[in-house]
Amino acid sequence: MTDWLQHLLILPVLLPLAVGAALIPIDERNRMLKGLFGFGSTLIVFIVAMILMRIAANAGSPQGTGIYPLGNWPAPFGIVLVLDRLSALMLCLTAGLALAAQVYSMARWHTAGHHFHSLFQLLIAGLNGAFLTGDIFNLFVFFEMMLAASYGLLLHGSGPMRVKAGLHYIAINLAASSLFLIGVSLIYGVTGTLNMAELAAKLATLAPDNRQFVETGAAILGIAFLVKAGMWPLSFWLPPAYAAATPPVAAVFAILTKVGIYVIVRLHFLVFGAAAGASAGFGQDWLVVGGMLTIAFGAIGVLASQAMGRLAGYSVLVSSGTLLAAIGLGHAGMLAGAFFYLVSSTLTISAFFLLIELVDRGRDAGADVLAVTMEAYGDFDEDEEEEEVGVAIPGTMAVLGLCFCLCAVLLSGLPPLSGFVAKFAILRGLFDMPGADLSAAMSAADWAYVVLLILSGLAAMIAMNRIGIRTFWASIEGTVPRVFVIEITPVVVLLAACIFLSLQAGPAMRYMQATADDLLNPLFQSERVLSAPRAGGQ
Amino acid sequence: MELILSAGIGALTASGVYLLLRPRTYQVIIGLSLLSYAVNLFIFGMGRLRVNAPPVLDPAGAGDLASYTDPVPQALVLTAIVIGFAMTALFLVVLLASRGFTGTDHVDGREQRHD
Repeated sequence: MTDWLQHLLILPVLLPLAVGAALIPIDERNRMLKGLFGFGSTLIVFIVAMILMRIAANAGSPQGTGIYPLGNWPAPFGIVLVLDRLSALMLCLTAGLALAAQVYSMARWHTAGHHFHSLFQLLIAGLNGAFLTGDIFNLFVFFEMMLAASYGLLLHGSGPMRVKAGLHYIAINLAASSLFLIGVSLIYGVTGTLNMAELAAKLATLAPDNRQFVETGAAILGIAFLVKAGMWPLSFWLPPAYAAATPPVAAVFAILTKVGIYVIVRLHFLVFGAAAGASAGFGQDWLVVGGMLTIAFGAIGVLASQAMGRLAGYSVLVSSGTLLAAIGLGHAGMLAGAFFYLVSSTLTISAFFLLIELVDRGRDAGADVLAVTMEAYGDFDEDEEEEEVGVAIPGTMAVLGLCFCLCAVLLSGLPPLSGFVAKFAILRGLFDMPGADLSAAMSAADWAYVVLLILSGLAAMIAMNRIGIRTFWASIEGTVPRVFVIEITPVVVLLAACIFLSLQAGPAMRYMQATADDLLNPLFQSERVLSAPRAGGQ
Repeated sequence: MELILSAGIGALTASGVYLLLRPRTYQVIIGLSLLSYAVNLFIFGMGRLRVNAPPVLDPAGAGDLASYTDPVPQALVLTAIVIGFAMTALFLVVLLASRGFTGTDHVDGREQRHD
């Protein structure tokens, strides 16, 4: 690996940070210019992420590949950035979503407030940093950077609804950050290290008294991430906040919950993996129970939602719960499916958030409420005369409707799209046990998970059908919404990415499987980090 | 000294959590501030309490490590203070915006009815 490639690893953090700062002094009247700069930056990050993914995927690698020691300090002393398949995957996903949201925002939403593009770049820098870093305190710093930008973005556009949702969101996250710090310092106080890889190595040989402290610290730390990931009962802030955010912001927020999940995956397998001695699998049961309750809560919320924004918010919860429980159940075969699900559901929810506002433009405000109440009390206008047989569907509505259908299929996990592939892969991993007798090999928790996973799909399908019928088939006098090409294109592209993922499910699953294998072999990972050579060959 | 520090952290945390759960935005922000003080003291305490032990190496020579205290928690505290300070300032602005929009300082943006 040449020097040039070595430094590529810092670019996804550095470039958005620099561009975000550089955009601040530019006058707000040149919004398009700012937008184009921001778009260019994100595009470069996307391309870099692709290259990094290639590098990570080819890692039958020499030691030190994808380890970037900041300031050239070797691993346990300095902060390292670590590239592996999982972080490369998350980088790509982030940049992809950001590109779509950014293009969408340039139609009109970026005019709703100041410094939209700067905040957006800072959010990307924070996200990328959180995915790459190999140091838990550095993770805190990137986390705060991402959160600070997300506060600004959530408040973008202002208005009482957003300020109220923002107030709750900020208060919750500040409290969670306090927990984060307590957890980190407790772990440091006992083990004397902040480096994730060294932490994993040290944990195996810890005295029983100290182990208790580390586990307490990890539990407190875990709560901070579970707040972010939206595990029930820490998730009540999420649907209102996501529904109040402007569409491009909500679209990119779809990945914020996944950051919490990413860190939990990372710490769970690296620190509390099979090699952790007596602490192996710490907290697993909590993840399973919490995850399943989250799925149930999310599914009920999906059914009860009267507005599409809230429906999407609860879908985020269902997606989080599915992942958390899958991680907690901890069957090796399920992990690959879970990662596939992570990518597919994030893309879908993001596209759905973008689509909602486009659809909402053309309808009267009460239609959502009607859809739910009519179901409860019966349809009142059933004997209305159907005179408009053969009215041509306007082109815009056709495109929007098609996108909505795709979202519905993906969210509920119906074949043939990637939502189905993902759930199928998870379930296959669950059923495909080494034990010959299936009923003996599977625990009650496994069965409960299967049932919940399928029921949550059903709930999503019912809710989407109900709202879709009222929106696209109803003969309301609503006008056809005016939609710009650059607004519908990102939605189409995100959904096309899902379709591509379904078509290329084979190679994608192989990548996910390799990712899962990496994670299940944490010792290799920590050795790789700790023995990484310094640049300049010493 | 340990007793005083832990009692201090405990008192700050308890009052911080209590205020955090109160319905007025001003109480919430004071609660968050108290909580962050408690957290900062806690991080500091994780470097162990030492008297007359500087965290910076003596330029005259390193000497033995036992006469120095752990500098890492102190660096962490500095970072945490800066970030906490910035976040509190930001929260204050949102609080004022909420007051401006709703005309009340209740966290839900409307007074609770007691009838």
